[in-house]
This record gives sequence, C-alpha cells and structure tokens, in this order.
Amino acid sequence: MEAQVPTRMGDGSLVELTRSQIRADLEAGTEAAAKRGKVEPLAQDELDHLLDIFASAARFTSVDIGDEVILSEDGTGHPQEGGRIEALYQHEQIICQDSVEAYHMDYSYPAVKTLVPVEQAAMKEAQERLTIPVHYGAQPDLGRYSKPSGPCDNWSELLPQMKIDEARAAQEEAIEMAIEDMVFVAESLWEAGADGINFDTAGAAGDADFLATLRAVETLRKRNPEMGMMVGMASETVLGMHGQLEYRGTRLAGLKPKGQMQVVQQAGATIYGPAINVNTGKTVAWNSARVLTYVKPCMDEAQIPVHLNVGMGVGGVPMYGFAPVDAVSRCSKAAVDILRLDGL
Amino acid sequence: MSKGMRITEAKKFVADKLGVTPRDLSDNPTMHELRGGLRMGRIYEGETTYFDDPSPLEAKFHIAERLGISINSVNRFKRGLGIGE
Repeated sequence: MEAQVPTRMGDGSLVELTRSQIRADLEAGTEAAAKRGKVEPLAQDELDHLLDIFASAARFTSVDIGDEVILSEDGTGHPQEGGRIEALYQHEQIICQDSVEAYHMDYSYPAVKTLVPVEQAAMKEAQERLTIPVHYGAQPDLGRYSKPSGPCDNWSELLPQMKIDEARAAQEEAIEMAIEDMVFVAESLWEAGADGINFDTAGAAGDADFLATLRAVETLRKRNPEMGMMVGMASETVLGMHGQLEYRGTRLAGLKPKGQMQVVQQAGATIYGPAINVNTGKTVAWNSARVLTYVKPCMDEAQIPVHLNVGMGVGGVPMYGFAPVDAVSRCSKAAVDILRLDGL
Repeated sequence: MSKGMRITEAKKFVADKLGVTPRDLSDNPTMHELRGGLRMGRIYEGETTYFDDPSPLEAKFHIAERLGISINSVNRFKRGLGIGE
C-alpha cells in the first residue's frame, strides 16, 4: 500500500495523499491551465521536480543555495510590531526582508490622496531609519470612484440593467480621475524619498481599472525617468467590465499573464507581478501546477523582473489568513525552480 | 528596481561591483563582513552591536556610490544639504 504524505488543500486544510495522487493532481492542474489559457502544459521533467517538492513530508523547504530571489512585499507591518516605522525596521532587521512597503491601512489611491502629507512624513522617517528599499503602495481601486463612494455612476448597477453605454461612460470618467490620483500620490511619495511605487491588484475592477494603472505608469515614467514602479495584478484574466478598452492597440479584456506583462512593460513599469487565483477545492499541488503553467509563457519574453504573487489565495498558496508555512515554502520553491523567477 | 534588471543580471552586476562572486551574495557571513567593511549597513542583535556602523542614510550613500546607482532618498538628502544633483 502506497504511503501517504501530508499536504494541503487550497483552503489550507491538511490532507494526506499518496505520491501517485499528488502526481495526478499536478498533471490535472497543468492541463486545466493549458486548456483554459491556451498555453503549453508543463513538461514531464518539470512535473517530476514538482512531485519531489509536493510529495515531501518536510515541514519547510526552500530553493538551493545560490538560487535565492528578491522578495518584494505589499503592505509591510502588523499591529503587534508597534508603530508603522518600527514595523518596517523590524522587517529589515529581524525578518531580514529585501525590501519593505510603507502603506496606509485603507490601501487605496483615492483614499490615500487625502492623507498625502501624513504619508510623506512617514516615508521621510522610514528612509532615515532603514537601509533596505522602502516602497510605497496602494491599489488603483477604480470602484471607489463610483456612487455612493465617488461621483461617477455605478457601472456595477448599470450593467445588470443592460445600460451598457452608460456603464462604459461611467468607467471612462472614473479612469481619468484615477490616473490623476495615482500620479499625484506616486509623485508625492517619490518626492518624500520613496525607492519605488507599487500599484497593487491592478485590474481588480476590470479592464478600466487596468487601463487607468497603465496610463498612470506611462505618465509617471515620462515625468520621472528613474522611478521604480511595480504593477501587481489582481487575477489571471483581466475582466471585461468595459470590454472595449485598449492600451496601445491591445484589447485589455481577457488578457492573461503574458499579455498583461507585455502591456505593463510597454507602459514603463520596472516589475510585473502576475496573480493567479487559487481554487480552494483543489490541492496546493494542483493549484501550483496551474499557476506555473499560466505564468511560464511570460518568462522568455520578460524584459523586466517578474515577481509572482505568492501569498494568500494566489500563486498556489492556500486562501487562508495565516497560510501554513509548509504550503507557502513549497509553492515558492516550485515557482522559483520551474519559472526561474526574478522574485516573489 | 529602477533599472528593471532581471535577477541573474542583477546578481552579477552587484557581485562585480563588490568584488565578489554571485555565489558569495548567498553567503551570510561573507556578506555580513563585507557590508560591515564597506559601511553598507547590516543587521545587529543584542550581544553583537556595532555602535560605529553607519546610519541608514550613510549606508545608502555608500551603496549608491559603490554600485553607481541613483537612490532617491540619497538624492533628496543631498539636495537638502545643497550638494550633488
């Protein structure tokens, strides 16, 4: 009888599977991504390597010495760590991160724009307390520009009423406001000494959200040639909430990681972060194989670093607030080993 | 981050500037001593403090100079002092 090894489901629950079952899951995961994403499945030697990772009973795993990559982060710090700046400093000195990100709890560019002086003061202090890069980040959060939070008509309400033209017009109106806010906040924090700016969960509100981000990055690149900019995505496919928006001739609705990366590069960002969502009803092995299959087409064409999002509910990591380290470390190692990523 | 360098290229770039190999970048003791000697900043703990180590801003000055890169906070500090750019 085949021995069973502990592994995780996409919701974080612990299960036990045989090596053969894990192999079957890996193959099913890559096939699922290949079919839906119209990409090549992982090769057999890659699946063999993934099997060694996910069929291990070790509590923790890691990359080989010499294969380390850069860890970038969104929103550094926790309440237990004291104040915002103390938290950043602890992540440098005690957790030994490569970079940290100053942020506001209302992680949203339209929200932060009203607090810019406070954020600038925090960034200035952070730069004097830390040696590692301190970035500043928030989300484009296009939905916040719609009623009742914002001034634009609510396209989420208009679409079910089949008011398509009105919904598109509302999104187009919101795009211009979002660009203005993102550029204002980014330049303000850059002026305060930030080492880079992060646009997190780009595309969360669909293609209009993604277009606003790309155009903000493009504007910032022209005005600030040295600014580091990271664009982290919200999901593996850009939702067509508008459906007709293009960036430099590329239709944004339906873009998958390779297409996302191409437009992010064109806009002038310096890091691209794909986000592949987790299926909580499948194992981490299945999810990880699916993730790597989706992202692999990016790697040969990437001219900027690719930092795969490997965290709660993305990159194969379970959708659980306190992700088990056995799952996190396996997904991280799998991603670096197979994709030859630049970072996580 | 500002240069958008891929990881292999970035490791070689940094290693060359520091006079070490890319493999050395993965070795904690080697890098700890190197960063200390070059005054680039390092971690410390309760029983091993380095009171004479540089402040973070000074460390970033050295990093920018040694690697030949532009660091935003360093440039800002220089502007405040009326030196550099």
